[in-house]
Amino acid sequence: MSRLRELLMPAAASTVARDVDSLFYFLLGLSAFFFLLIAALTAWFVIRYRQGSRVRRGAAPTHNTALELLWSLIPLALVIVIFFWGFHGYISAAVPPADALEIKVVAKKWLWQFEYPNGLRTVNEIRVPVGKPVKLVMISEDVIHSFYVPSFRIKQDVLPSRYTQLWFEVTEPGAHRILCTEYCGRGHSDMLGVIHAVSDEEYRSWLESGGGLGEGMPLVEFGRLLYTRYGCEVCHSLDGSRLEGPSFKGIFGKPVRLSDGRTVTADEDYLRRSILQPQTEVVAGYQPVMPTFQGLLGEREINALIEFIKEQK
Amino acid sequence: MTGANYLTETRGLRSWLFTLDHKRIGVMYLWSTLLAFFLGGVLAMLIRLELITPQKTLMDADTYNKVFTLHGAVMIFLFIIPSIPAALGNFVLPLLLGAKDVAFPRLNLASYYLYVAGAIMALASLVTGGIDTGWTFYTPYSTSTGGAVNLVTLAVFVLGFSSIFTGINFIATTHKLRAPGMNWFRMPLFVWGMYATAIIQILATPVLGITVLLLFLERVFGVGIFDPKLGGDPVLFQHFFWFYSHPAVYIMILPGMAIISEVIPVFSQRPIFGYRAIAFSSVAIAGVSFLVWGHHMFVSGQSVLASAIFSFLTFLVAIPSAVKVFNWVATMYKGSIRLQAPMIYAITFLLLFAIGGLTGLFLGSLATDVHLHDTYFVVAHFHYVMMGGTFIAFLAGLHYWWPKMFGRMYSETAARVAAALVFIGFNATFLSQFVLGSRGMPRRYYNYLPEFQALHVLSTVGSWVLALGLLIVAGYLLASLRRKPEAPPNPWGGMTLEWQTTSPPPTHNFLEQPVVDRGPYDFPPLETEEETVARSA
Ligand code: HEC
Ligand code: HEM
Ligand SMILES: [Cu+2]
Ligand SMILES: [Cu+2]
Repeated sequence: MSRLRELLMPAAASTVARDVDSLFYFLLGLSAFFFLLIAALTAWFVIRYRQGSRVRRGAAPTHNTALELLWSLIPLALVIVIFFWGFHGYISAAVPPADALEIKVVAKKWLWQFEYPNGLRTVNEIRVPVGKPVKLVMISEDVIHSFYVPSFRIKQDVLPSRYTQLWFEVTEPGAHRILCTEYCGRGHSDMLGVIHAVSDEEYRSWLESGGGLGEGMPLVEFGRLLYTRYGCEVCHSLDGSRLEGPSFKGIFGKPVRLSDGRTVTADEDYLRRSILQPQTEVVAGYQPVMPTFQGLLGEREINALIEFIKEQK
Repeated sequence: MTGANYLTETRGLRSWLFTLDHKRIGVMYLWSTLLAFFLGGVLAMLIRLELITPQKTLMDADTYNKVFTLHGAVMIFLFIIPSIPAALGNFVLPLLLGAKDVAFPRLNLASYYLYVAGAIMALASLVTGGIDTGWTFYTPYSTSTGGAVNLVTLAVFVLGFSSIFTGINFIATTHKLRAPGMNWFRMPLFVWGMYATAIIQILATPVLGITVLLLFLERVFGVGIFDPKLGGDPVLFQHFFWFYSHPAVYIMILPGMAIISEVIPVFSQRPIFGYRAIAFSSVAIAGVSFLVWGHHMFVSGQSVLASAIFSFLTFLVAIPSAVKVFNWVATMYKGSIRLQAPMIYAITFLLLFAIGGLTGLFLGSLATDVHLHDTYFVVAHFHYVMMGGTFIAFLAGLHYWWPKMFGRMYSETAARVAAALVFIGFNATFLSQFVLGSRGMPRRYYNYLPEFQALHVLSTVGSWVLALGLLIVAGYLLASLRRKPEAPPNPWGGMTLEWQTTSPPPTHNFLEQPVVDRGPYDFPPLETEEETVARSA
């Protein structure tokens, strides 16, 4: 049965998902019933009353008030039931419990930034405890994005003009996908993230260790991980092709022409400045659209990214 | 062909370009909208081809975004909105009413040239940088992106007036030019459908015009209306946009329903079941359609109360559509049914529109919409309604009135093969997308997760079958123009006035002013079982 369910929807992993799914399957059954009714009647009439067939035709009615009332009122009653059912699910998903863990979300082309109450910041990835309500307070830095977690059955647009909220309580441990569902340009389909649902203890120790990403990983490997995790890949290719920003291929140690006419050498310091204050030295021929990673990356992470870029010969 | 008809009476390019004849304007609209459909279709094939693999297949992300934007914009503004009213409606509405022409022939020609101007502007965007906003132009993306957005917003503005002119003409014609004896309840249901459509065209389209103009002002002069950087509100744009575009959904579907209401009675030789219910439900839909726009914004941050009200009204507007479906099915009961091309498409419409309508319940209901909004479920839903509904109804109407328009019959065998391919191809293309959507595949995605590939491949292969079917349709219709047999005045046994004149009609439609003394579906009595037995003995 659950296998069958996963054919149509990802495995349900939040407290609201069950409700949504029951309504979904109710609607599916109802639709199947009405579709088959219409199809069967049509087929039956077309065959039985085909031109020249031997059946009693006579004078058929051109209207029938009782029948017409019946087939207006039954659907009306059904849609009223559906409306209240859908409304009930929506309301419970709209009001976060007072004790929810609050995480701030900033969306921008094309990544998700998160900040925990203790100041810990992450990009495109969060860790939350199973069985505890979590509330997201979201804002966008540029255009409208939309925060969607299919396995939780939740979605909310993220606006540049005001905060919007979303809350959930995870029921299944594991990794749950975040997708952007409001079209936001070239990197829209790459604006992915992940929610790791873990036990309460694991969550606490992770929070205390300050995130603990990439521990024991060689720097270049760690840099490669950050390159995808932090969305650099949306704007920087590794194969020399031009995206929103220049490719990383072979840039290290070469001279770079800047938009203010100066030429600098792409050494470690230049790369570091490019990542932390991208607006101060803009490569000639490109728009100053790179977001700053100041405050998001620790020293080890910056080093890892620089080592990774150096490797792209 | 006996005597001169509207096609042969005058000749030469000038006689077409300056014509005031509603039939010729309808034919020019027909070829233009079909050309637009072809272009939109080529773009659709490119989208499907790109999506056959999860990463890059043949174009980069920027190109993909431009291709789906242009596909949507061309299909909506250049094909589906004008197709039935301005092409088929222009041709048959005066004939159905027993009139010589529409009320304002010059306005009619102006409408066509505005359409051409708008189309040229929209397509000029191809060579002036393209446009990547999606056909919905959501702010602030559309105010911050580059490309030819200004040009396309102006094109939409111009096209809006083309649509308004058609609407004005149809309302005036219906009120003023009915043949003697044709009271409102002797009007064919196609006219009722066009009338309801015209109301929406006139009342809703100006809002779209104003909206795109505001967008233009913001982009060009930096007037802060929608962009929060200038103190505007981006969600306001969505309210404006859907205040037009939801009613516009009915500009798209009511004409389709109107065609089906003609075809099913004729090919069942039975009066339509519940004439008044169908007529009034069209007008009711037109009215309520103005009050449901917020169902596109359940997750955009509008208040819970607003969402609840919009959801409730959305369900109410579903009832008249359901009633129409039941009426059409009931019309076939005890009929004498002929499965010729127009009827095959009408039945295809019934099945596909039923799926489109029923899946609308999932989207109107709040809890499920949150999950399905902006996924492929929505893409599948609106293609079932617009392509499976309106476009298939357009094909039904085209096959129904083709003999009247051009005086030729087409090959029924070819038509059956094509209809079967279209049905199979369509369902393969779009049924798979419901599953993609409910499994969490967002729309407007260039790259996607590998787990979705199998369904995308199915959808793409389906689109090839669909395209093949449509190419066959184009083939036999065009072939019929050069080939006999010529069409008789009334090939289908219709009772409405267009079948009482020659095929094709003379320039002034009727040689004598028709007088109406019965309803549009008063078919001769069908033979009883005894008579059938006697005849076959
Ligand atoms: C939104 C697109 C975008 C994202 C995301 C992005 N960048 Fe950039 N980046 C650019 C653009 C555009 C430029 C060139 C203009 C400039 O110098 O600001 C650039 C320039 C650079 C440069 C200088 C390149 C040169 O050839 O001199 C480096 C280094 C760099 N980015 C590193 C990164 C890293 C590391 C990340 C991820 C942590 C990242 N960028 C994410 C757009 C982006
Ligand atoms: C009457 C015919 C059609 C109409 C009115 C129509 C309309 C539309 C519209 C309005 C969009 C949305 C564009 C956007 O998101 O901005 C769209 C998207 C799409 N159309 Fe069509 N279309 C039609 C036919 C087709 C056909 C025949 C195919 C397939 C062969 C097709 C495939 C697609 C696909 C795959 C998308 C989704 C693109 C994406 O979200 O990435 N369409 N269509
Ligand atoms: Cu996005
Ligand atoms: Cu709508």
